[in-house]
Amino acid sequence: MSTRDLTVPVAATATPWRQRLGTMVPILVLAPSLAASFIYVFVFTLWTLYLSLSSSSLMPTYGFVGLDNYASLWANRRWNIAYTNLFLFSGFYIVGSMAIGLLLAILIDQRVRGEAVWRTIFLYPLAVSFIVTGTVWSWLYNPVDGIQAFVRGLGWTDFSFALTANRNTAIYAVIITGIWQSSGFAMALFLAGLRSVDPDLIKAAQIDGASVSRTYRKVILPTIAPIFLAVAVIQIQFAIKTFDLVAALTRGGPGVSTTFPAIYVYDLMFQRGQIGEGAAAAMMMLAALAVVLVPYSLWIVWRRRAEGRNG
Amino acid sequence: MAEIAADARHDPEAAAATRRYFWGRFLVYAVLTLFAVIYLAPLLVVVFNSLREQSDIARNGLISLPRSFRLDAWAQAWGTYCVSGTCEGMKRNFFNSLWMTIPATLISTLLGAMNGYVLSKWRFKGSEILFNLMLLGVFMPGQISLMPWAFLLGKLGLTNSTYGLVLIHVVQGISFTTLFCRNFYVSIPDDLIKAARIDGAGFWRIFRKIILPLSPPILIVTVIWQFTGIWNEYLFGVVFTSGQQQPITAALVALTAGGTTARAYDVMSAAVLIGALPPLLIYLFGGKYFVRGLTQGAIK
Repeated sequence: MSTRDLTVPVAATATPWRQRLGTMVPILVLAPSLAASFIYVFVFTLWTLYLSLSSSSLMPTYGFVGLDNYASLWANRRWNIAYTNLFLFSGFYIVGSMAIGLLLAILIDQRVRGEAVWRTIFLYPLAVSFIVTGTVWSWLYNPVDGIQAFVRGLGWTDFSFALTANRNTAIYAVIITGIWQSSGFAMALFLAGLRSVDPDLIKAAQIDGASVSRTYRKVILPTIAPIFLAVAVIQIQFAIKTFDLVAALTRGGPGVSTTFPAIYVYDLMFQRGQIGEGAAAAMMMLAALAVVLVPYSLWIVWRRRAEGRNG
Repeated sequence: MAEIAADARHDPEAAAATRRYFWGRFLVYAVLTLFAVIYLAPLLVVVFNSLREQSDIARNGLISLPRSFRLDAWAQAWGTYCVSGTCEGMKRNFFNSLWMTIPATLISTLLGAMNGYVLSKWRFKGSEILFNLMLLGVFMPGQISLMPWAFLLGKLGLTNSTYGLVLIHVVQGISFTTLFCRNFYVSIPDDLIKAARIDGAGFWRIFRKIILPLSPPILIVTVIWQFTGIWNEYLFGVVFTSGQQQPITAALVALTAGGTTARAYDVMSAAVLIGALPPLLIYLFGGKYFVRGLTQGAIK
């Protein structure tokens, strides 16, 4: 563009100026968002990284202490519980919500009546906040007022259901509630995937005499394999960022049994005035995300290239 | 159907097939119904409890059909219930959330639409890389940005204010809205834009006359995503605001945490529903478009 501008006679200066401004408009439109995102992603991350290497306690300070914060973080029993909980929760939560989501999607895919109603029922928890879900389920788990009391009231007097009252089982209460909240989301994505499978493929399988379950196992599910991965990655992100759900459901307790990294970061930074160590914990959360997301993005890029070559 | 039944009378194999079909259908609906009950039960429990008298709840437990009916709990939760000394219910927090969510949703959606338009139809050297960099914002855990935000909000004089939360949610939301809109606009044929440019239409004219009229499907997705996400957000709300400035999520936690005395389940249930209602309504009216749009282009 600029080389062509040079050939324009001097008399018409107004036009090239406006023209040049015209070519700048898209970049000018993008610039503020770009600057904000750049600061948000890179400056903030480096900032927190720096804080994690500093001696910050109640206020941010910039005395360099190397990896001390990380060392004291990993030496802390509560952090180790938090990290173990994260793995336990992520595993059960992802497998559970995907299994239930897939089951519901397959059932709805059987040309059921009132499909929209079923979908709405399974998806509505997605619209509600983890705070609301966590609060309500904390009441249901409450042995004195909730499910246990209800079943005992029906006559089964030695029925016991007190997950949140026990250190060893409270984490399962968080898992169940998490699955309840998000299996509908998995269902929606799976259902879209099932609908995108080429009908001719399914017909061919049926003509060959394959049963319904065999058609699903051998033909339909393998073709929507990428969706499994996408759902899993989205769910892992939810799991790593889990803060609200635990804050409302168990508040990390009983004791420290349901502490999660996200909860611990908050505690260190704003309750105990250990900003440096809190920043180190936040960086470890980012590391956990990167472990999942970097291979996934590489895989996506690789797949796109492969598709580009083949198609 | 009648034909199959008629055949079945003298064909045992067909009879078995009919029976199998019937039981298969029965199983499908039975399992769906079971899950529907599990999904709806908590909602019903809360709705019932917000309408029952506290004495009824205390006597018969949380899970029970209502034996009393009154709306007092709703009025208390909205206007007069006391949380840590102030007796104003949830209404102030409700409006805080509203005045935070509406501007943040509109601004981030508008920016996302314009960014998506540039990144799909006005590509320049390096624009793909810039797009991928913006995408990273989608994956950032909020905890990473807590200290930097605390510092920035302090410098800008926006601590403990709704404006500060609007700023945070706009910056955080741009990456989502840009992603959604860009992926949608990519599917608009480039020839359409080229033709308009040949006719002399500029950047803004094409945006207003061609892109925006085609945008409703993706704008619905973006608005629903942003509205529910921002309304339901808790971390930034609880960290950067306190007391009367808190959004409703933070206030709900404060409300339900308080109290060594008998828990006022009736008022708490009504408060929970007040906090859940706006995103639920948005979802009920727009959910159909949301799922469709999400699976069409947003998640890819």
